[in-house]
Amino acid sequence: MLSPYLPILFQLILAAGFACALLVLTHVFGPRRSTDVKLSPFECGVDLLDCAHHRFSVKFYLVAMLFILFDIEAIFFYPWAVIFREEISQGLLLLSEMGTFVAVLLVGFIFIWRKGVLEWA
Amino acid sequence: MSELAAVLPGVLEKAGWSVPGGLVPVLAMFICASIVAAAMGLSAAVLVWAERKLAGHFQCRLGPVYVGGKFGWLQSIADGIKLLLKEDIIPADADRPLFRLAPYLVVLGVFLAFIAFPVSEKLMVADLNIGIFFILAVLTLEVFGVILAGWASNNKWALLGAMRAAAQMVSYEIPMGLAILPVVVEAQSLSLKSIVAAQSGGMLRWYVFQPPFFMGVSFLIFFLAGLASLKRAPFDLPEAESELTAGFHTEYSGMRFSFFFMAEYAGMILVSGLAAALYLGGWHGILPGQSGAMWFLLKTAFLVFVMIWLRWTLPRLRIDQVVYVGWKVLTPFVLACVLGQALMAYK
Repeated sequence: MLSPYLPILFQLILAAGFACALLVLTHVFGPRRSTDVKLSPFECGVDLLDCAHHRFSVKFYLVAMLFILFDIEAIFFYPWAVIFREEISQGLLLLSEMGTFVAVLLVGFIFIWRKGVLEWA
Repeated sequence: MSELAAVLPGVLEKAGWSVPGGLVPVLAMFICASIVAAAMGLSAAVLVWAERKLAGHFQCRLGPVYVGGKFGWLQSIADGIKLLLKEDIIPADADRPLFRLAPYLVVLGVFLAFIAFPVSEKLMVADLNIGIFFILAVLTLEVFGVILAGWASNNKWALLGAMRAAAQMVSYEIPMGLAILPVVVEAQSLSLKSIVAAQSGGMLRWYVFQPPFFMGVSFLIFFLAGLASLKRAPFDLPEAESELTAGFHTEYSGMRFSFFFMAEYAGMILVSGLAAALYLGGWHGILPGQSGAMWFLLKTAFLVFVMIWLRWTLPRLRIDQVVYVGWKVLTPFVLACVLGQALMAYK
């Protein structure tokens, strides 16, 4: 029996092929008339001032960092959620373990909240 | 998929084609993949037309009326042909390899996610045992595509849009991922097939209506977070036409632009379908004993309609409001729902 994950590979190949084919088609049918103005970045009709890659507000990076931390923690919930009801005969063990985990998570969460990381102003 | 692989040898024999036995599953997979691709493209086209039509009526206009005679139902096809005939512009200052790569990533993520899409008991490509987890994982590819698109364009609007998209999509991925957990606790599985199967027996068995409504609340959270991850209004600030021109895809034109567009509409179907499968009983009908793909499609269509409705009703949020809602409202609520649902299991 073939692995149930094999269709993913086929889908990937087909989707990439589909996208490639569309782009080839548009290159065949589409016009190619490039001018300097057309190829310059769009700035609402104003002449280009400078490059776009400047320093950026640190807020965005902070949110990204928080996401990585919280998302890794969120992944630990999944196996727990799947087996939780099977192992319910063990009494409150599983729940208290998750409770401890969430408590640790919450300490961090309250810390960043109080530190004002989630404030945007 | 496996059903198709079982039927296929007979069909091939009737058609008089001889295919070596080992190739049959491969052929079945290719057929499935093509069907998914075609269905995705077609439904996105229909949805674009539906949204324009609905938007028109929400604003006391008619929407498209000319192309294809009545109701302008060929409008999307005409748009598609137009996009195909457009020039594919890559700005001189752009980072060319990344600029080309970005639309692929966006499309691939959504395409792959449809593999585990549970239309009905038999109509799904593969019943992965980690189905819902897989879908959430591949949907994340879109974030990479969007950020790359904005960065590689080397345009201020595009970069601003991409940064907003990053902050927003990333903030809402946490509540979205956690909102699934009450359902997983209840169904004891990540496979979409078993999650839907656990909700059989009429409307009152749907997870969204289970008292004390921990799953009902997580349905709302999932739907909201889904809207945000699709960058749909009221969370459309990565695109924000009135301030950022077109946000992260300002520099994209023609077919490459249409990839972003297609991914958004396919994503709407995907998120609505997932919400229908996880919380609204999937292919099960309102009364006990009713089931079929029609029910799933009806529920999905209704949720897609709600998305369109919201878009043409609500104004856009600001980035600080988006981050506030995601982190300070949805995340604590969803954590409470998960623990509450776990406590309920001791009853």
